[in-house]
Amino acid sequence: MSDAYLDLQSWQVASAAGLILINATISIRLQLGLERTLVIASVRTVTQLLLVGLVLHWVFELSHLAAVAGVMMLMTAIAAGTAWQRAGRRHPGMLINVVVSIWGSSWLVLAFAMTVVFRETQPWYDPQYAIPLLGMILGNTLNGITLGLSTTVEALSGRRHEVEALLALGATRWEAARSLIQESVKVGMIPIVNSMMVVGLVSLPGMMTGQLLSGVAPLAAVRYQIVIMFVIASATSLGVVAIVLLTFLRISNSHHQFYFDEIVTAVKGRRQT
Amino acid sequence: MSTSSILLACRDLQRNNERGGTPLLHGITVQVRIGDRCAMVGASGSGKSLLLRALAQLDPRATGAVTFRGQAADEMRIPLFRRHVMYVTQHVTLLPGTVEDNLRIPFQLAARRSESFDRERIVGQLNTLGRDAEFLDKPVSELSGGEARTVTLLRALQLQASVLLLDEPTSSLDDASARAVESLVHAWFTRQPERAYLWVTHSEDQARRVADRVWRMEGGRLDQDTSLRGLPVERS
Repeated sequence: MSDAYLDLQSWQVASAAGLILINATISIRLQLGLERTLVIASVRTVTQLLLVGLVLHWVFELSHLAAVAGVMMLMTAIAAGTAWQRAGRRHPGMLINVVVSIWGSSWLVLAFAMTVVFRETQPWYDPQYAIPLLGMILGNTLNGITLGLSTTVEALSGRRHEVEALLALGATRWEAARSLIQESVKVGMIPIVNSMMVVGLVSLPGMMTGQLLSGVAPLAAVRYQIVIMFVIASATSLGVVAIVLLTFLRISNSHHQFYFDEIVTAVKGRRQT
Repeated sequence: MSTSSILLACRDLQRNNERGGTPLLHGITVQVRIGDRCAMVGASGSGKSLLLRALAQLDPRATGAVTFRGQAADEMRIPLFRRHVMYVTQHVTLLPGTVEDNLRIPFQLAARRSESFDRERIVGQLNTLGRDAEFLDKPVSELSGGEARTVTLLRALQLQASVLLLDEPTSSLDDASARAVESLVHAWFTRQPERAYLWVTHSEDQARRVADRVWRMEGGRLDQDTSLRGLPVERS
């Protein structure tokens, strides 16, 4: 086994990029009309990753808390904005709920990982660990929160009469909405639970693959991957529970009433009831 | 009449349209006393359901004071208030399971732990409707629209409420089923001495049959103790 990784040269990257020509040829022959999209996607892939590489190179070199925190805040804000934009239905206060859920869950679990699991790192916010970890946490938490949020809002909207009937019979707001809250949390947890069930069997996780390619021993890479899976699962659980409960609290009040009319459908930037 | 006979009252109850701020309920003040059998008639969209929902404290947008036996609803635990003042929605709201599963739902709620499911009484009520005990085992997915509405109503009528707010409980039923439901509500009303109901209906004939007092809602304004097209209110 080699201890060093193969440092790719520009021509090697370019040769891999040439594979996209196969996709373009298929698109042209089958008249799919995807050539332009493929070119744009390829250019974006290269540009975005080069920019990220440059920024990370600068942050790693600097290794200053403010720079690391700035990059992490930007990553978290983009994740929160993405989750909010994906929601088919919205209500007032949803964006702040999404921000709180993503920020709270990912940073809390990251803080635990950096101060307990990776406590030997120097400094404790070592960007080599903190930034990739946060990226993996955010990517998965984002999916869970989006699913949990969508399911909650859809259920509150679609099962309004059921919830109101229970309230009318004397249910508390929690009793009236408990089943849909439970369902929403379960739905939000599906992707990470599925990933945990098949990890290593269906595909090798990206981080582990990266470590193997860079020469890390398989068992050492596996240990990292196990840690990552638990960190991601924990953050996703916290994020999903947070967004579902915050949505429930925002759509109801202490008088056991629900603001169903505040849920509106988001259509291309406009909002329709 | 003494104030102790007042079960449910509201003062200056108002609800505005969220967008335009247009009033949907215009400062309504009403009292429902022990033994009152009230009907509310009016065109669709006149505000009948809004008034019932506001009285049941289901509507977060309504303002004004609502009291039960002189105590402000705001000062009571709302689930406890709704245990006494119960709104029966015009929608079918059964959960997956059998008829009996659905009839047992209220007794799983914290506010109703002191009450218990009385199977014998339910079977008696089903007999009134021409059904036997086997109906309790029927999955709700197999019920007709009329049957589902009846089960929704039975679920409420078995409980120890003081005031029922009935929102068009017979709207999708045939005449015979509607009459059977009227009998069930009448039986509920006479079972305990200190009860009252407010029944929303589109049918003036039904209003005559089921009520002593008839209110008419028009454009969010309530005309209390109105007569129906000049005819005296019928007492059954």
